[in-house]
Amino acid sequence: MTGRKPRRGIFYWICLASGVLVMAFILIPLIRLMSEPSFEMMKQTILDRDVVRSIWLSIYTSVAAAFISFLVGTPFAYFLARSRFRGKRIVESIIDIPIIIPHPVVGIALISIAGSGHWIGRALSELGIRIMGSVTGIILVLTFVGLPFYIDTVKNGFEAVPPKLEKVSRSLGASMIQTFFKVTLPLSARSILGGLIMCSARAISEFGAVIIIAYHPMNAPVLIYERFESYGLAYSLPVCVWLVSLCLVLFIALRMLAFRPGRAL
Amino acid sequence: MIKIQHLTVDLPGFSLLDVNLAIRENRFFVLLGPTGSGKTVLLEAIAGLKRVTSGRVLIHDRDVTALPPEKRGIGIVYQDCSLFPHLTVTDNINYGLRYHGGETDDARMRFDSLVGVLNIGHLLKRKPGSLSGGELQRVALARALIIEPAVLLLDEPFSAIDPAFRVELQKLLKELQRSSGVTFIMVTHSFSEALSLADSAAIIQNGRIQQEGDMMEIFKKPCSAFVADFVGMKNIFPARFTGTLAEVNGMCIHLGIQPCTERGYIAIRPEDIVLSRSHLDSSIRNSFRGVVEAVTDRGFTFEVNVLSGDIVFRSLVTRGALIDLGIRDGNEIFISFKATAVHNF
Repeated sequence: MTGRKPRRGIFYWICLASGVLVMAFILIPLIRLMSEPSFEMMKQTILDRDVVRSIWLSIYTSVAAAFISFLVGTPFAYFLARSRFRGKRIVESIIDIPIIIPHPVVGIALISIAGSGHWIGRALSELGIRIMGSVTGIILVLTFVGLPFYIDTVKNGFEAVPPKLEKVSRSLGASMIQTFFKVTLPLSARSILGGLIMCSARAISEFGAVIIIAYHPMNAPVLIYERFESYGLAYSLPVCVWLVSLCLVLFIALRMLAFRPGRAL
Repeated sequence: MIKIQHLTVDLPGFSLLDVNLAIRENRFFVLLGPTGSGKTVLLEAIAGLKRVTSGRVLIHDRDVTALPPEKRGIGIVYQDCSLFPHLTVTDNINYGLRYHGGETDDARMRFDSLVGVLNIGHLLKRKPGSLSGGELQRVALARALIIEPAVLLLDEPFSAIDPAFRVELQKLLKELQRSSGVTFIMVTHSFSEALSLADSAAIIQNGRIQQEGDMMEIFKKPCSAFVADFVGMKNIFPARFTGTLAEVNGMCIHLGIQPCTERGYIAIRPEDIVLSRSHLDSSIRNSFRGVVEAVTDRGFTFEVNVLSGDIVFRSLVTRGALIDLGIRDGNEIFISFKATAVHNF
């Protein structure tokens, strides 16, 4: 009986086939996209100031959205992870609403409160803050769509930190805030970084809501759309390749940092 | 003195009801009860980690009921030790110092002394992930004691530890309690743990204190059927210990472990004493010849008193066994019990 492995059943082959199918579905169009434009075309595109500006705009607005999510979402995620109350499920569902509603609807909904027809819009314009067609508007939209991803990820991270560790810290003389910074935060650093990645990844890919709130200044997805509409596939492709390459490099780097094995960060 | 007065804690599906306890200083107090009786809830309420519905907690005449946990001066050691996984052993132990005057010379001396007593000097640079259950427990004790709490709460500290090391750690804990002068309040469901460690104890069931007092008192005069059943050992004898042997009135009884004192008591639950007509040929170490002195009907069971040497052993047998063995007053009979059934304290 030595050396004989048990035969793999039909179930194994179904799982394997589904894996191959999914990988192909994701990779084939991407590889085709990446290999399409010529080197000359790529070089010419990156020298185009509009392209560079739009990609840079996309990156920094996404980072800003992740940063705002960090500031606003972290305490709330902690609260959700640690407390049980009536209606918690409802609150959690409300957080996930931006994930399910169509992106143009997000833009339209935000316009309706950012315009002069709503007191919030009037208050903002009195303060000199312009939402429509501005970088502020883009960041607002990206935060709106990215925040759920941040809160969900970080909430799971906080839940994984045993409350007993916090209790012990309190018994040793640390206040709740000190405990949070000394124990909870270091132990959920990976999740927080994971949440930031999820949030900015979601933000950088946003198009539908951005185009309604701020067609100008054009971020990368809007520029790609504009080039595709006005000049055709050949002109939009190199921008796509540059954006995808930059995003991939950024996210792979962050993922390696966040999910290094065997380290608490 | 630690006083708990009319303490009530309401939780979904469970309540701690009107708990009153008075624990003298520098004592080893054990809170004993079955799983789900509210032991840990009471412990966390004392520490300020559970919201109290009504009642008061006083430590050295100071009402701490309204204080947050960090202002109470109460240390807590959990069953799983709850060491901070991202910190080294040294940083774990020193964690509380920054909130208690920093790393002064005095604190460093306490550190060295605790590390010495607990024998954890070789672990200082390691992270908790690589430590064994016993090592984790020692580090957790050092971390809690270095800040010199008024009270140390211990939540089932031995349950996650290999039984072979349990006795050693119990001995250490008792020594630590004596030398530190800190009041220890330990929660356990194990009666033998309570016996070997406690000065005084309380029995808790369904969120209510059933009995409180001196360990021997509870043992000898259980105040309710629950307590009697929970402590249910009727055979208590003063003994002198040598190695793993206990000498009781000239009779040598084998123990499962080596006691940490020279003199003390042994106790055997009556249902652990097996009766037989002839000498049992088995691995049971303790087997003695005796004479049936009395048989008492206890409803479903019978209590049989057997005089062996100068000692009366009480055994509990079923009606069937009583008939099978034909037990009557004055019969000659053999009693046997395992070494592990003998508790010492």
